[in-house]
Amino acid sequence: MGSTSSTLLKIPNAEVLMQETGFSPAHIIRLHDRFKALDKEGRGYLCPQDFGAIKELAMNPIGDRIIGAFFSPGKETVDFSTFVKILAHFRPVDKDRPKEPNSPEPINSRSNKLKFAFQLYDQDKDGKISRDELLKVLRAMLGMQVTEEQLESIADRTIQEADLDRDEAISFEEFRKSLEKVNIDHKMSIRFLR
Amino acid sequence: MELKMFILVLGLLVGSGSPDIGPNQGKCSDSLDPGPQDQGNHTLTPQSKKNFPVLSFGYDHVRLPFEISLWVLLASLMKLGFHMMPRLSSIVPESCLLIVVGLLVGGLMKLVAEVPPVLESKIFFLYLLPPIILDAGYFMPIRQFTENLGTILMFAVVGTLWNAFFVGGLLYGVCQFEGHRLVNVDLLSCLLFGSIISAVDPVAVLAVFEEIHINELLHILVFGESLLNDAVTVVLYHLFEEFSSVGTITVMDVFLGVVCFLVVSLGGIVVGAIYGLLAAFTSRFTSHTRVIEPLFVFVYSYMAYLSAEVFHLSGIMALIACGAVTRPYVEANISHKSHTTIKYFLKMWSSVSDTLIFIFLGVSTVAGPHEWNWIFVVATLILCLVARVLGVVGLTFVINKFRIVKLTSKDQFIIAYGGLRGAIAFSLVYLLNTDHFPKRNMFLTAIITVIFFTVFVQGMTIRPLVDLLAVKKKQETKRSINEEIHTQFLDHLLTGIEGICGHYGHHHWKDKLNRFNKKYVKKCLIAGERSKEPQLIAFYHKMEMKQAIELVESGGGSKLPSAVPSTVSMQNIQPKKSPQDRALPQLSKAREDEIRKILRTNLQKTRQRLRSYNRHTLIADPYEDGWNEILIKRKRMMELEKKISQMNNYLTVPAPAPDSPTIARARLASDPQAWGLKSLTESIPTIKVDLASPQSPESFNMVDEIGKKGSQSKASEEEDGLTMKVPSMTKPRKDKTANEDDDKEPQQRLMRCLSDPGPAGEEDEEDEPFLH
Repeated sequence: MGSTSSTLLKIPNAEVLMQETGFSPAHIIRLHDRFKALDKEGRGYLCPQDFGAIKELAMNPIGDRIIGAFFSPGKETVDFSTFVKILAHFRPVDKDRPKEPNSPEPINSRSNKLKFAFQLYDQDKDGKISRDELLKVLRAMLGMQVTEEQLESIADRTIQEADLDRDEAISFEEFRKSLEKVNIDHKMSIRFLR
Repeated sequence: MELKMFILVLGLLVGSGSPDIGPNQGKCSDSLDPGPQDQGNHTLTPQSKKNFPVLSFGYDHVRLPFEISLWVLLASLMKLGFHMMPRLSSIVPESCLLIVVGLLVGGLMKLVAEVPPVLESKIFFLYLLPPIILDAGYFMPIRQFTENLGTILMFAVVGTLWNAFFVGGLLYGVCQFEGHRLVNVDLLSCLLFGSIISAVDPVAVLAVFEEIHINELLHILVFGESLLNDAVTVVLYHLFEEFSSVGTITVMDVFLGVVCFLVVSLGGIVVGAIYGLLAAFTSRFTSHTRVIEPLFVFVYSYMAYLSAEVFHLSGIMALIACGAVTRPYVEANISHKSHTTIKYFLKMWSSVSDTLIFIFLGVSTVAGPHEWNWIFVVATLILCLVARVLGVVGLTFVINKFRIVKLTSKDQFIIAYGGLRGAIAFSLVYLLNTDHFPKRNMFLTAIITVIFFTVFVQGMTIRPLVDLLAVKKKQETKRSINEEIHTQFLDHLLTGIEGICGHYGHHHWKDKLNRFNKKYVKKCLIAGERSKEPQLIAFYHKMEMKQAIELVESGGGSKLPSAVPSTVSMQNIQPKKSPQDRALPQLSKAREDEIRKILRTNLQKTRQRLRSYNRHTLIADPYEDGWNEILIKRKRMMELEKKISQMNNYLTVPAPAPDSPTIARARLASDPQAWGLKSLTESIPTIKVDLASPQSPESFNMVDEIGKKGSQSKASEEEDGLTMKVPSMTKPRKDKTANEDDDKEPQQRLMRCLSDPGPAGEEDEEDEPFLH
């Protein structure tokens, strides 16, 4: 393999990507390799079938939601920069990054991580997790081992606990609040992507 | 008051002499009471006919158990005493106080010219240490432990090695420098000494850290390190001991040492895991002999420890592995009461052990042969501290490169400061052979000094330091169902993302292990339907139970709006007949009102027959059979009213046994004829309401009859409602694993108050679900 810089040049918009996501050149290259490996037909973009070919995702109860998160609404393909940007959510938070006053919040901030997770629950994108959406997630995670009532009870209980403004749905703020004791920085980071 | 107790007990102790525990088999009590004893033991001298001895004194044959019991009693009374002096116990950690007591007792014994017992290593390693370790291993928070495993291993292995060589090497240097008295201490002795003293002691760490409630990360780091460094200590100890007789070391020996280390640690873990799986498997079949369930856990674990010791593997690691492996499966199989029993027995034994260890440490200090050498002792102390600090700082620097959540310098300080030495080091030195190690007594003195220093100085000051540095304390979190769901969700998410990245990380392997566990292992080891219960459901049950109990304990007075759907849902969440049912029907006030209204409008005035709330009499009651039917129907009727529209769903219950009450209920539910309210009225005999009953007459008594056993539980709860809180508060051993145990605690409290009847009652209760 050539030196880092030459490989980097082959990747479109590498500089911009590194800026936006905070990935190091080595990571960009690694992700690019992975992108190419997934993109078996070498089209330069990924479609749902390419994701579906990943075995672990197929076994994953929320695999289809994860795949769906990569595709912006309306688009059928994922190009490299979107791929990298989505994965940037899972970068470990770098605590000693100097805070520039005007720069937008980094993609891997706690808040953005939570937003990403929230979007996976909220499929109809209305900004709230309704009871039905919650039920769907529970059903996906718990499979066929539980009865409908059990699920409904759990869903009811969950909403009761988190719902502070009594609108029978969980908004992003309520979601965030219910997870305030969980160390999201740790839970939603992959060491590989440091 | 305590002072009087103390003096009384001491007097007793001293009077009865020192136990046979020490190596000095001393003259002990014989010297005190020659006269009466002779009279009692003399049997056959027919010289003169003595009168028949009405009261004789035969102490010898109970001496050993008697003295052991006295010591245990002393330890427990001391513990009791300390808690009566809250101001003292908040400044000084318990371990310090116990050592002081030991010193006093030892001193007293010496005064009376008795030979105080020394903490003999055999007793320590075989009887006193295992309960503590098992307690720690059984309640080990697995999740935090595995998340930080890399860090813990680094500290345990590399840290201990560094400490050992640093202290040993430099001490040798000091000895050489010092000249005259110390010059013949050779390198190997020093290294051996270094390896013994460098190990952080789990007993001391537990004793001190438990009282300061530090955050879980630090706790698990220091504690995990203290457990895992046992393997290193064992290997180094044996290594140096062997070589000290041989004299020289070759590279081959070093290599073998490394191999030995791997064998010792992995071997210990494997042995522990095997016994753990055996215990889990055995517990699958214990549904008919619930009473001896805890015994299996204890005996298998102890056997694991002993088996590992036979092969000189790391017994501590075996014990930890056994406890950690056994727990998830055994808990799914055993009854609540057994679970409580295990928990309390472990806490009790480890508490007593811990107390005894510290007291004996104090006594041994007074008793043991000492050789004080200023330079050696001071050098040891300083080197230990320095080594620890350097080791922690250096390792953290390396570790932080790999951690997501880095260790701050505050964390490092606490980790370094928490490196306490304790009785294990003492016992290991005690085991040394004086021929090979002429300076053994000096080592002993030095070790005792270091132990005293770490326990007293560091133990006492760590609490104010923690406050001063504002180190994060343990959060008393109540895990909410939200957290649980979202955490699982995030686990799946991360596993998926790892799949996309093509990176087999932490989550991937955890996921794989979980799948394997669910698919194969659980089926083998967990009896019946529980094997399929997802973790989320178990968690949810626990939460509901807890809330229900809280509701009852608050007198059922305030009607919590959330309680109504939950309690209704409680009744729905019993699709399978599980042998140890954990859900009780706790009917809230709202339900009671509802039920009362229904009954009043549709039935005749019901009066409850009340003799006594004794489960025995009610069970043996000849009316029982008829009651069953009525109660079922009545219950069903109420549920129907609430959930008319969702009746169909009952039939989607996944296949439990065909005659399970749930299915029966479902079938009845869907049967339109069953609705007939009118038909019920004739069949119900009158029930007398006893207006003198302690609780509010109307609401409560209806409920009682309705949920037959459930009601009894409620009754006894209400009566014991207040007293239920007390036992948990004076629980001697505090929870080490806060969250889980807190959750389980209320369940056990509830279960405990239901535990009064004899075995027959117990059997029934265990096997039938409460909801009829």
